[in-house]
Amino acid sequence: MNIHEYQAKQLLARHGVAVPLEIPAKSAAEARSAAEKIAASGSAKIVVKSQIHAGGRGKGIFKDGFQGGVKVAASVDEAGSLAERMLGNVLVTKQTGPDGRRVNALLMAAAARIKKEFYLAVLLDRALGRPVIMASTEGGMDIEEVAANSPEKIFKEWIDPAVGIMPFQARKTASALGLKGELFNAGAKLVTGVFNAWWECDASLVELNPLAVVELAGGKETVVALDAKISLDDNALYRHKDIQEMRDLNEEAPLEIEASKFNLNYIKLDGNIACMVNGAGLAMATMDIIQHYGGMPANFLDVGGGASREQVSAAFKIILQDPHVKGILVNIFGGIMDCNVIATGIVEAVKETHLNLPLVVRLEGNNVQAGKKTLADSGLKLVTGDSMADAARKVVGAVGS
Amino acid sequence: MSILVKPNTKILVQGITGSFGARHAQLSLDYGSQVVAGVTPGKGGQVFEHAGKRVPIFDTVAEAVRQTGAAASAIFVPPPFAADAILEGVDADLDVVVCITEGIPVRDMVRVKRAIAGGRTRLIGPNCPGIVTPGEGKDSHGGCRIGIAPGYIHRKGHVGVVSRSGTLTYEAVWQLTSRGAGQSTCVGIGGDPVPGMSHLDIIKLFNDDPDTHAIIMIGEIGGSAEEEAAEWIKKNCRKPVAGFIAGATAPPGRRMGHAGAIVSGGKGTAAAKIAAFKAAGIGVAATPSEMADTLLKMT
Repeated sequence: MNIHEYQAKQLLARHGVAVPLEIPAKSAAEARSAAEKIAASGSAKIVVKSQIHAGGRGKGIFKDGFQGGVKVAASVDEAGSLAERMLGNVLVTKQTGPDGRRVNALLMAAAARIKKEFYLAVLLDRALGRPVIMASTEGGMDIEEVAANSPEKIFKEWIDPAVGIMPFQARKTASALGLKGELFNAGAKLVTGVFNAWWECDASLVELNPLAVVELAGGKETVVALDAKISLDDNALYRHKDIQEMRDLNEEAPLEIEASKFNLNYIKLDGNIACMVNGAGLAMATMDIIQHYGGMPANFLDVGGGASREQVSAAFKIILQDPHVKGILVNIFGGIMDCNVIATGIVEAVKETHLNLPLVVRLEGNNVQAGKKTLADSGLKLVTGDSMADAARKVVGAVGS
Repeated sequence: MSILVKPNTKILVQGITGSFGARHAQLSLDYGSQVVAGVTPGKGGQVFEHAGKRVPIFDTVAEAVRQTGAAASAIFVPPPFAADAILEGVDADLDVVVCITEGIPVRDMVRVKRAIAGGRTRLIGPNCPGIVTPGEGKDSHGGCRIGIAPGYIHRKGHVGVVSRSGTLTYEAVWQLTSRGAGQSTCVGIGGDPVPGMSHLDIIKLFNDDPDTHAIIMIGEIGGSAEEEAAEWIKKNCRKPVAGFIAGATAPPGRRMGHAGAIVSGGKGTAAAKIAAFKAAGIGVAATPSEMADTLLKMT
């Protein structure tokens, strides 16, 4: 699960990470009142940041042509009018796709005088099965580019899960960022807080880009999490009631939410051949073989190892809601589950949904002969495939013609 | 021979009284596997009965091992209790622990992996279909089935199969069996980001097993385990290996069902893994329909 920047900063602050003076706002009135508080704190300029689960907000363009999802206002009035332009408007960035995301919340912040920008993240090193802190002096940049072009500029510190982060590891990280004096100590404290947030929240990623040294009014410098992103391990959400409440359904595709209610794993893609498969690996492989024979998959859909008739029916209804779908491929390897149960579910679902698109079914496994007979006797206009390749060729042919 | 387990390996089932664990304990008994004990805390002294067989239930794994000599475990407990169940199996000094449970938090597995490092117990999974060493009877009856794979699709023989995915493993096994090629052992290592044994760990066992003559390795997007296995195979493996990587069409940043199947930060792409396979002389199946044929052409 992903959460908004303002929510990420709330979690970080709880673990002792320094964040700038910022106030979330969900209406124009809240935004204006937040801007007034920030102005009263002595900041002449106010940053208005759109809150959506996608990067590239600053360079994004709203659907009505308004430029920039992150803007700096010179006055409370200007901040208020910027907030009005952004709230309820749809922001398109390089990460949102052409449909963009509706902005339902803003983060109002005191404009910082940035002296230096860094990158800091905690994530899982899968090869070692333990967390790693990644830090770089190349802050504010695309870290993947830095990793590709100048890997020596990325510092890594692995954390032993048996002991957790040790103070010296936080100091090494602060040193690698070139922090000195008071900023060194503050940086080490911040690194410790960022790691602890990753661990305690069961995050899969905590990323500060940038982490920054900023100059406060009066000239004093301090180190703060200027931007923050947190992704969480879905499997661990059961033990974090507070984080579950941060879920924003507006950020998720409606069909994917619907599918999750039936314990189906559905991801919408851009093609026109829908597929319904049991098992994640086989579902991915089915998408691949559709593409191999010249088609484009419309979705990933795993009905799970023990799919029921109800799930098969729900799965059909979900994939048919995608208007781009021109044909359907069902690929079931019924190892333990009974192919005849699946076949019965398919027949019921086809009748119930009045399906009139080409349907190719490949069944294999337990009680497959009975399943094939159920399909053949149903009177439905469906095509059966003998193997994955045969089925994929047939559905690609049917959609193409 | 085979790897990890033999047809006569004594198995205990952790979570045998839950519906999922019970169902698969029954299927393993039907397959002729030696299920000798169940463990459900608080139900020690009860008996799990199926088709005339009586399997005693114990409160702890240690007690089950003492009383029955079980050497391998299948874990079917819910995710919040799975890390504890794995470590209980390791503490009881089992040879093999197979964790079927899907949905274990990554942090739990990070701690488990650290705790079992350097020990002798081999962990398969979590979020995996388990292990099958086929038997000599009809439809491979009499083999060792630990987990949830369909036993009857197997056939005793000399191909080792290792994969992260369940149904894709069955697909490969079925292709082999349909073509008359049997299997030594089939291992589903699971689709999680922090697994117990890796592709490479299993490949090394197959390489050393005189009864395994060829290997099918099935991978998927995410992580770098397939690349590491390919690198080792290039230098050390004496047996033909064919492979397939699922997820070439998956969009980056999306978790494709398995928690570990995600392309992130430009890493873990199917293209990179296929290139590593080719560089190592591994036969790459162009489609998942050709996994067995690709291998059989090499042997």
